[in-house]
Amino acid sequence: MNRDSNVYTFGFAAAMVLVVASVLAYTASSLKDLQAENVRKEKMQNILSTIGIETDREGAEKLFNTYIVEQLALRNDGTVDEAVDAFSDIKLAFELKKDANDQRFPLYVANVDAATYYIIPLRGAGLWDAIWGYIALNEDRNTIKGAVFDHKGETAGLGAEITQQWFMDRFVDEKIFNTSGDLVGINVSKTNNDPNDTDKDDHEVDAISGATITGDGVSAMIVERLQHYLPYLKANDLAYNN
Amino acid sequence: MSQPKSNKKPAIFFVAKAREPLFSKKNRALLKDPLDDNNPITVQVLGICSALAITVQLKPAIVMSLSVVAVMAASNVIVSILRNAIPNRIRIIVQLVVVASMVILVDQVLRAFAYDVSKQLSIFIGLIITNCIVMGRLEAFALGNGVWKSFLDGVGNAAGYGFMLILVAFFRELLGSGKLYGYQVIPDALYEMGYENNGLMLLSPMALITLGIIIWVQRARNRKLIEKN
Repeated sequence: MNRDSNVYTFGFAAAMVLVVASVLAYTASSLKDLQAENVRKEKMQNILSTIGIETDREGAEKLFNTYIVEQLALRNDGTVDEAVDAFSDIKLAFELKKDANDQRFPLYVANVDAATYYIIPLRGAGLWDAIWGYIALNEDRNTIKGAVFDHKGETAGLGAEITQQWFMDRFVDEKIFNTSGDLVGINVSKTNNDPNDTDKDDHEVDAISGATITGDGVSAMIVERLQHYLPYLKANDLAYNN
Repeated sequence: MSQPKSNKKPAIFFVAKAREPLFSKKNRALLKDPLDDNNPITVQVLGICSALAITVQLKPAIVMSLSVVAVMAASNVIVSILRNAIPNRIRIIVQLVVVASMVILVDQVLRAFAYDVSKQLSIFIGLIITNCIVMGRLEAFALGNGVWKSFLDGVGNAAGYGFMLILVAFFRELLGSGKLYGYQVIPDALYEMGYENNGLMLLSPMALITLGIIIWVQRARNRKLIEKN
């Protein structure tokens, strides 16, 4: 057999692709359940960490069931869609592509030591790929209790720093509504003259140097997602006296 | 055709070729050389990129080393088995495909069984594909040697790489965060006396300097490595 002939070369390449493809497909599908379970528990872990409950992945499910008292799938008008399970049915990546009226907006209500928190999942675009996270609001549905961010492919050391605790901590105690009650969200700002983030009424946090577009993505994602929750958040018509 | 069965086996089976024992001196050298005399990192200076990036803590360094051992041993063996079938003109592509599929396998397994580590290593697992050591050994060794030798060569080189990774990570985690494998080893008393972790150790430049010091120590011990003139 002539190993340098074109027929042999093409034949070898074709056979190789077939073999490799089937081996990888088989592995991926047989490990899928275990991987999905890890992702599910990590989601619980992330949701819990916005309200200040740190846990490892193993303990996440138990604590999640203890503290998260309601899981709502909201419509754009603030009513609850009972047919949809907020945790497992809603994939924000797909929801974001739909018209706002067809989307369902997940909301988790947590109860920790008699305090109520509202946790809203976020998803948007960073520089290279998707960014996402969770933001927890205090009982006033205005002040941020905690935030957690994650990303798929932001630059390590720059955009990827949004997952660092020091960045996420900057959002704590910031407010999403201004004094007139308009949603302004939190601006990840390069002109914020407040590097230590002591001013909690400016709706701004200090941006990360070299991560402008990722930071803008975070700002945009917060406003874009939160605006759909306005009917629910404002249902009680709270006063916004900061 | 009914032939009477003879107890005599065909003669060819009796012509025992003088076989090399599994761990002959030559084979042991395949395992041992890359650990010191021919270390891929400190002597050949390959695979530096990942050595700098994932040596902040011991744990990812160890997982990375094990992953590279698995990938290198497996791909060396596969390429060695196929070495007489691989068309010469696309041999680099074939090697890449073999390495890439091994890497994806490792990635999938880590995601299922060591999720946190896989998140930490995410991009570097993918980068094993471009690790010069892997391709280098396939091209230089596995294509021309038998299966068992290639296996040893793969394990040896990956171990040499992993050994350096772990050594660098040991110093960086110890001096940078006062911990080893995530456990605090520098006593609180020392911190109270004013000791502070060296934050610089956590940054990549110090990995390079640590590596430089290791190379220095290694050459001081092993005179063979010192270049003449």
